Amino acid sequence: MASVLDPRLHTDTEVASQWRLMWWSFRRHTLAMVGLVIVLLLYLIGIFAEFVAPFDPQSASAKHVYHPPQMIHFIDSTEEGWRIKPWVQAYTFERDKFTLQTTFKPDEGKRVYLSFLGKGTPYELLGLFPAERRLLVPDEPNERFFLFGADRLGRDMLSRTVFGTRVSMSIGLVGVTLSLLLGVLLGGISGYYGGAVDMVIQRVVEFVLSLPTIPIWLALTASLPATWPPLTRYFAITLILSLVGWTELARVVRGRFLALRSEDFVVAARLDGCSEKRVIFRHMLPSLMSHVIASVTLAIPVMILAETSLSFLGLGLLPPTISWGVLLKEAQNIRSIAQAPWLFVPGAFVLVAVLALNFLGDGLRDAADPYAQERG
Amino acid sequence: MEPVAAAEPGPAVLEVKGLVTEFPTRHGPFRAVDDVSFELRAGQTLCVVGESGSGKSVTARSILQIVDTPGRITAGEVLLHRHRTSRGSGEEETIDLARLEPRGQAIRAIRGRDIAMIFQEPMSSLSPVHTIGNQIGEVIRLHESVSKKEARARSIELLRQVEIPTPESAVDRYTFEFSGGMRQRAMIAMSLACNPSVLIADEPTTALDVTTQAEILDLIKRLQVDHGMAVMLITHDMGVVAETADAIVVMRHGKLVERGSVEEIFYAPQHDYTKMLLQAVLDLDRPSERRLARRAVQAIGGPVVEIKGLVKEFDLRHGFMRRKGHVLKALDDIDLTLNEGENLGVVGESGSGKTTLGRCLLRVHDPSRGEMLYRAVGGGVADVATARGNGLERIRRDIRMIFQDPFASLNPRMNVAQIIGEPLLVNGVAKGAALRARVAELLDVVGLPASAMERYPHAFSGGQRQRIGIARAIALEPRVIVADEATSALDVSLRTQVLDLLLELQERLGLSFIFISHDISVIRYFCDRVAVMYRGKVVEVGETEEVCTNPQHGYTKALLSAVPHPDPRHRGMLGRHRYEAGR
Repeated sequence: MASVLDPRLHTDTEVASQWRLMWWSFRRHTLAMVGLVIVLLLYLIGIFAEFVAPFDPQSASAKHVYHPPQMIHFIDSTEEGWRIKPWVQAYTFERDKFTLQTTFKPDEGKRVYLSFLGKGTPYELLGLFPAERRLLVPDEPNERFFLFGADRLGRDMLSRTVFGTRVSMSIGLVGVTLSLLLGVLLGGISGYYGGAVDMVIQRVVEFVLSLPTIPIWLALTASLPATWPPLTRYFAITLILSLVGWTELARVVRGRFLALRSEDFVVAARLDGCSEKRVIFRHMLPSLMSHVIASVTLAIPVMILAETSLSFLGLGLLPPTISWGVLLKEAQNIRSIAQAPWLFVPGAFVLVAVLALNFLGDGLRDAADPYAQERG
Repeated sequence: MEPVAAAEPGPAVLEVKGLVTEFPTRHGPFRAVDDVSFELRAGQTLCVVGESGSGKSVTARSILQIVDTPGRITAGEVLLHRHRTSRGSGEEETIDLARLEPRGQAIRAIRGRDIAMIFQEPMSSLSPVHTIGNQIGEVIRLHESVSKKEARARSIELLRQVEIPTPESAVDRYTFEFSGGMRQRAMIAMSLACNPSVLIADEPTTALDVTTQAEILDLIKRLQVDHGMAVMLITHDMGVVAETADAIVVMRHGKLVERGSVEEIFYAPQHDYTKMLLQAVLDLDRPSERRLARRAVQAIGGPVVEIKGLVKEFDLRHGFMRRKGHVLKALDDIDLTLNEGENLGVVGESGSGKTTLGRCLLRVHDPSRGEMLYRAVGGGVADVATARGNGLERIRRDIRMIFQDPFASLNPRMNVAQIIGEPLLVNGVAKGAALRARVAELLDVVGLPASAMERYPHAFSGGQRQRIGIARAIALEPRVIVADEATSALDVSLRTQVLDLLLELQERLGLSFIFISHDISVIRYFCDRVAVMYRGKVVEVGETEEVCTNPQHGYTKALLSAVPHPDPRHRGMLGRHRYEAGR
């Protein structure tokens, strides 16, 4: 029998900070929790790409052109019995003498044994620490395996997708950071001062929003010199993406500022003698931080999609930089659809990442809204 | 005065027996309504009275099974004796509403048809995108098979019954074209659409001005007599209870503490809580003895603030295409003087400009014309209306404000020490350990423990929060405090406490108050002089007792006669004074 408690009789009220309350209500949102886990996983993969990828994403191999994906097995059963050891079925390479068509046939007798945390090709983690342990490597250093298959140069799609995760997920983050700075600054000014300033900024926002995005992106990226090094190009692209992305954030921030400006506690802060700077940063911004975070989470997938589309069209990032968009560009022709459907794997990653971020953003937004009612 | 006419007790139409409504919480179920029983009789008004959080609204919602999720009825019966109403078919027919499925057909047929409900906020309970006629017609057509034309004719008839002028054209208007009182009338018309036998009114007049409140209560009473309805009126206002009730149920913490006839409750209350509630109301209705005693010792000094010809116009033109000539005169040529050590009340209805007056004095709004002369301690005179920069900052240290809403006026992201310390910190008065010591001292002055410092405002009750707001206001040792409806968000029993605290602070710190309120009893308790505002003008100024007992202006008379008296023997609203100038 549950005891009946009356909160009005509690003399020592429990105190929970705003963030804790937000976390409590966020935790109840199952889909958002799933999104959070996936997003965290993707960012971990991106950060430790060198460790997660079994091979160097750029190393080509003529013998493995369009090698099909192999299934990973964990139980190795031979005549002597069985043991737990990951392995994949080896394939043999055959070329038709007349049509010169290449086919891969499973080689029943041969297995490629793998081990976790074994030594592979040396690399520098994050370009800083030299290391050679990788998550999953073949026992024989000369052997190769392809869990996601290989592309037209025989490069491992798994390693390439993992490295693509790093670029694509980070471009979203960097782009949104830039948008955030612009959006909070302009939206804040617009909402706090109102009047003519607000009028001008809002018209600018409307102007930017009315620009047809794809042609503008195309024009801007087309004007980037192809000779620029990959890193410069990467930052140029994020800049172009965030030039459009800030408008939505600016509107959200402006709306919140307008609503907060007339709140009694903000008026009280002004009457306390606070300077405008203090009113904005000490009194108003903390109240809308949670909303801003939620909007930011919802803005990241837009950035990711934009980068993917641009790169897919061959105007965003260019090889040798690897991003999901660049990888999908490989899957543009009919040959890949017919012969190597595994080239679409990065597309699945885009889908999962965007969905996960959207769920996460929705959950955060609901959790941040103190007036959200729980629906039964 | 004639004794209360005892309405002949009709048959019990609705019986509530042992009702329990629970809300699951992290600590287990919380009983919002705990074993409540009462009955509604035809032609009788039952008032359910209690302070905020007493479970009176949940009780009403439980009857119709519209409790907010996740709350639900866990025990008890709600019996509707339909055979005793005009809708009965002659046979015995009793329905237990608590057993019905909350979303089922059966309860939906009862809502609006047998039992109708009126909500507190007429703005949010009417649809903004449908015409009034549309909304009333919908209720009729939901429960009865009539043609659209017929429904419309009935809607017009209903609007006429609730005294809406020119119902033929009002039926096609939208909600936003109606004033607050008109909306509540339309809401009542809607609830009467199907001739219900029970009407539940949940704080129907709390959002309205006193004069409008009097009219609405009048209307409900008259309709009740005409239709022979049983009315359940939920309110926190003992004045309203005295004015309307036949029987009373007093609730506290979800429990029914006392029930009885209006005379039993008002003249022979049994329970301590009922006695306390009544005493709190009676205390407020006369001048504070503490204040009178103090004035006898220390006379009121010369003027501190002199307002001369103050005008505030709000520009209603907005948008891209600015049209000219739309100006709202919120303050129209105001002359007022606040003397040292005096409490000046400003009373008026919503839209009378009283809040604008307070905000202009602190320069939250910039006045359009006129001057507000403030006499500093040294004798220097500064015009608040034109002060800027350092001058304005200095004035804002001397003139402080207490806000109406203790929830909205404290920053939810700052703890109490930060909130109270903010004016001290930004004005460079104290910092570090000295600041904390001063905050602790201020908390002690307003009667809060020093342990409150680390906690956030949402951990406090309304009354405690208002004390935090007061501590913030007196932190800079001001001379004048503008209190804008400082007690209206509080329960009656807390009002006297807060007012007494303000009087105590006045003695200790030599403060002068401008006390803005719509509540004449609070003004009477607290203020030495009162200014009555009506449509941006001060229509009457004088000693509070003089104005209250012998009002000169027609509007003041109307305002005073509309205030419900917390004594059932003085039911006077039907004979009240009406003021119709310039309507």
